[in-house]
Amino acid sequence: MDKHDGGDPGALRVDDPWYDALAAGLWVPDPTTPAPSPVPAPSAAPVAGAEQDRAAVYLEVQQSAAFQEVRGQYRRFAFPAVAAFLAWYLLYVVAATVAPGLMSRPVAGELNVAMVAGLAQFATTFLLTWAYSRHARLRRDRAALDLRWDTQERMR
Amino acid sequence: MVRYLADPANEHQGLALVLFTIFVSVTLAITAWAGRRRSSSVEFFAGGRLFSPMENGFAIAGDYMSAASFLGISGLIALFGYDGLLYSVGFLVAWLVVLMLVAELVRNCGRYTLADVLSARMRQRPVRIAAGTSSVIVSVLYLVAQMVGASSLVALLLGGQGGASRTWTVIGVGGLMVVYVSFGGMRATTWIQIVKTVLLMGGTITLVVLVLIRFHGDLNGLLRSAAAGSGHGSAFLAPGLKYGGSWTSKLDFISLGIALVLGTAGLPHILSRFYTVPTARSARRSVVWAIGLIGSFYLMTIVLGFGAAAVVGSDAVRTSNAAGNTAVPLLAQDLGGGAGSTGGTVLFAVVGAVAFATILAVVAGITLASSASVAHDLYATLRRSGKHAGPASGNDEVRVARFAAVGIGAVAIALSLFAQGQNIAFLVGLAFAVAASANLPALLFSLFWPRFTTRGTVCAIYGGLIPALLLVVLSPVVSGRPDALFPGVDFHLFPLENPGLVSIPLGFLAGWLGTVLFPEPGDGAKFAETEVRSLTGAGAV
Repeated sequence: MDKHDGGDPGALRVDDPWYDALAAGLWVPDPTTPAPSPVPAPSAAPVAGAEQDRAAVYLEVQQSAAFQEVRGQYRRFAFPAVAAFLAWYLLYVVAATVAPGLMSRPVAGELNVAMVAGLAQFATTFLLTWAYSRHARLRRDRAALDLRWDTQERMR
Repeated sequence: MVRYLADPANEHQGLALVLFTIFVSVTLAITAWAGRRRSSSVEFFAGGRLFSPMENGFAIAGDYMSAASFLGISGLIALFGYDGLLYSVGFLVAWLVVLMLVAELVRNCGRYTLADVLSARMRQRPVRIAAGTSSVIVSVLYLVAQMVGASSLVALLLGGQGGASRTWTVIGVGGLMVVYVSFGGMRATTWIQIVKTVLLMGGTITLVVLVLIRFHGDLNGLLRSAAAGSGHGSAFLAPGLKYGGSWTSKLDFISLGIALVLGTAGLPHILSRFYTVPTARSARRSVVWAIGLIGSFYLMTIVLGFGAAAVVGSDAVRTSNAAGNTAVPLLAQDLGGGAGSTGGTVLFAVVGAVAFATILAVVAGITLASSASVAHDLYATLRRSGKHAGPASGNDEVRVARFAAVGIGAVAIALSLFAQGQNIAFLVGLAFAVAASANLPALLFSLFWPRFTTRGTVCAIYGGLIPALLLVVLSPVVSGRPDALFPGVDFHLFPLENPGLVSIPLGFLAGWLGTVLFPEPGDGAKFAETEVRSLTGAGAV
């Protein structure tokens, strides 16, 4: 069994993830490009020079205005949004323990403040999900895909 | 068997068995179909990476909506009203963390497991061993919770026929999950999750519609009857019924709340789902699908919980099962026309079978993720350092993963037999706390903090994992209380049941200290690669 496995790296290549991922049709790298080493394994890199080139490309892309814009768009939305919903959730949890009187005040019919706040948690979660994915679709996806193309082109 | 089925009192058991047998046959057929494909590692660990966002969204929801949600949360709401609602809210809000900070970036940076992401810019060996270990521990904790759930469900369905049937259920569930995982891999597991989600949503929607019909669509009337049926009056709808007493129990409430919201993003079986889709964009879209499904499901569990309090009554629920796990089946029986009626029998059986299918599917998902950790992280790393110089080949890892599934199944079966009688939702809460302490700090630091180092990663993982486990051992859950794991002895030093409040900050602190105290020469290029790759997908598999 071992012998067999060791003997057919070629067969392994054929059903390599890459070729499936290609079928997704998002981008088309040169089929002669060797499959990338399984998540950067620097020690296994055969040529130090190639490794350095790769690093240089990534550093360059990281400094580029286009990437800074993508990163900025992501962070300017995601970080404040995470801070806001975590604060709102913690407020909801802590209020139940330190201000039960306030939380049990009736609002409408049998509904009290606590129940309304709980349902509002659901509402804000759905709303933020919608807002985040809309923001990503309109402000990031296009530019990120271009960068991906570009970076992979330069990596050859 | 014939006599057993013909006995009218056992009618619902017979029907439940039939329904469940159908589910098992379908899932085994899926496994056989998926197992016929050639097994490359990407096929086995990631199901070929070509699932659509909708399919993956359903599968994520299937992986996440466990028996603890379906039976446990509704039961807690039926017993404690508003205080049970925290679980519903926390389990859902947690998905915003996954959506915004984790899903896309993890999809771009990793290959099969959490350790792929953590070790991307670190030294492979120590980080992979740490992350693999913590993934396996979290998974086993979560597995035990699910299998304990299965055994108490069976005890309910088969009446009070105690010990033997419970033991055989745990063994049977364990055996099936090993078959699904080792023969079907990720493709079979994903389709089983999808089938299960459809069944679970269908069952839940039916029950909710029946509850609403019973109350003529009057939600206010439902709440009023629930408050009356609970015996607590309007206090039932306000916080404090379960966690309102001492400061310890209030802190426990906060601790649980934090563990719930931060734990999801550290669950290995949830993270590995993102590798079944081709791009980060589809990972994001699958989370959006999942949030829609999970959110509407948890909204419905609230209706079911209050419905059970109103229709069945909290006392009747408590009499049937002190933890409340039987609230939904009892509600179903009542909605169908009561015990002994045909409608009641059918609904009871359907709910039982759906709950069982739920457990089976979740268990398969977790086993797959943990066997991937064993093969892809632990085995591959240890082997690389051993006498075989080359990295383990994909086929090799798949073979190890199949065996690992058997091993993990055996460990989980043994532990579950030992932990029987523990509360399901509570055990799940523990797994979440450990995931949030051990995995989340390292994951967030490695994605967002340029200075984070190998030593920092290792410190973050062990610095969260060890305190979390230690605090559980020293908590009143394990000793010192009549309902503890070891009721006879008392070595509890830590007052809270859930360690999250202490151990999650410790995980972050350890990661920070490990990085600051032991500076390593920075590698800007490595972080540049992580950042570019995580946000654009350049070089992603």
